[in-house]
Amino acid sequence: MKALLMMSTEDNSLIKMALTVVSGFLSQLGGALIMTVMALKSFFWPPYRIREFLRHLDFIGSQSAFLIIITGAFTGMVTALQGYNGMHRYGAESLVGATVALALARELGPVLSALMVTGRVGSSMTAELGSMRNTQQIDALSSMAVDPIHYLVSPRMVASIITLPFLACIYGFSGMVGAYFVSTSYLDIDPGAFMSGIRNYVDISDITHGLIKAVVFGLIMSMVACYKGFYATGGSRGVGVATTKAVVISSVLILISDYVMTAIMF
Amino acid sequence: MIEVENVHKRFNHQKVLDGTSFRINSGSVTSLMGRSGAGKSVLLKIMIGLEKPDSGAIWLDGKNLVTLNLAQLNKIRVRFGILFQEGALFDSLNVRENVAFPLKERTKLSDRQISEMVDDHLEQVGLLNHGEKFPSELSGGMRKRAGLARALVTKPDLVFFDEPTSGLDPITKSTIYRLIQKTHAQREMTYVIISHDIRGVMDISDEIMVLNDGQIVAKGKPEELSQSVDPLVRQFLTGSPDGPIKID
Repeated sequence: MKALLMMSTEDNSLIKMALTVVSGFLSQLGGALIMTVMALKSFFWPPYRIREFLRHLDFIGSQSAFLIIITGAFTGMVTALQGYNGMHRYGAESLVGATVALALARELGPVLSALMVTGRVGSSMTAELGSMRNTQQIDALSSMAVDPIHYLVSPRMVASIITLPFLACIYGFSGMVGAYFVSTSYLDIDPGAFMSGIRNYVDISDITHGLIKAVVFGLIMSMVACYKGFYATGGSRGVGVATTKAVVISSVLILISDYVMTAIMF
Repeated sequence: MIEVENVHKRFNHQKVLDGTSFRINSGSVTSLMGRSGAGKSVLLKIMIGLEKPDSGAIWLDGKNLVTLNLAQLNKIRVRFGILFQEGALFDSLNVRENVAFPLKERTKLSDRQISEMVDDHLEQVGLLNHGEKFPSELSGGMRKRAGLARALVTKPDLVFFDEPTSGLDPITKSTIYRLIQKTHAQREMTYVIISHDIRGVMDISDEIMVLNDGQIVAKGKPEELSQSVDPLVRQFLTGSPDGPIKID
């Protein structure tokens, strides 16, 4: 009887712990979704913060371009090498171009560019907003009758959603340039065969699917980064923890949503 | 006139404000004093609508700020000026842009008019030659002076100062207090100063209140308070570790 009672007490505490975790997750998810809706809605309300918006477009887009070009080129090069390794066994080396193009357009371009931007931009967004929260700059905005979500979150979110598809395109293009260079100069694949493979097998829908994914990844990255930063507490340590969580959660959500979207659009 | 009525606030199990009530007259300089962690800053946040109390009311011109929605509250907030503890200047803007910010957000003044007003206020706080500097390039005292210029530039009716001199050297402290006195003499604004700098606020306040254990335990003119025989007030004014207030 005593053992049974002890077991039920342990079970109860486990259930309580699980409920706490689930309710905590749901409340954070709800908070982040509410913030996202408010931020996207208020972006179209005056006053229009064009300067802030352009500043974030530059930071997220232009300043990430070099990183995206470099990582994209090397991803294309290594994918060409690995693709050749497999195709060579079946004498289908001419399909290397098509394989790399499909992989870059549908998966590698949107996913890896989003992960790179999460590391560079998402972390910075969380740290900046978290620091503003901890130094009362967000309170100062509210006390001046300025909506901090409209001023701080909206431009970041919209700039991310617009920029990510462009970065995915740049990633894909530089990846194709890298793959072409490796395939034609190192693997001795005929340039005409490389290009005709792409023309024959890559469809416009492959590119649009990739772009849709990039839009969703931009939304996820900015939503998590802004939410974690906006509500960061606990001084500089708290900002550090929030930044780490933002990067980890964004990256995981990007990969999960990638699978879900691929399954839907397959 | 602003009135705080029976305000209660607790965070988890910690009671911070326990039926706090007081009234601040228009045009006065009122200081709210108390130990560190006594709940002064929480009270300030409640008074400016950044925090909701568990119960109680904040009355300003017949309106209870606690029950207002954000849009209604923002209409009242445009009458406020606030100097935050560390200045709370925006990192991405330089001093001039920081001071101009509330004018650009709240008014329809031309760029030229805004520029003139910013110059005027930067001159008053002695920062006219530092307008292009960013907050990270300023000393603590300069940040507070820039914050003061930003708090006053919209000509608010009610100005709140949260620890305006904490962490400053004695000369900079006196400079800040002199600026507070000077700006108050120029315009009929209501000043609410939250501080634990006894000597400083004694010189500039019309009225002083002492907050302890979430309640106002003493209230009066500076000279009345300095003559008080209440052991709690005496301990607070002398800063003695012996007395009714115990440090945990």
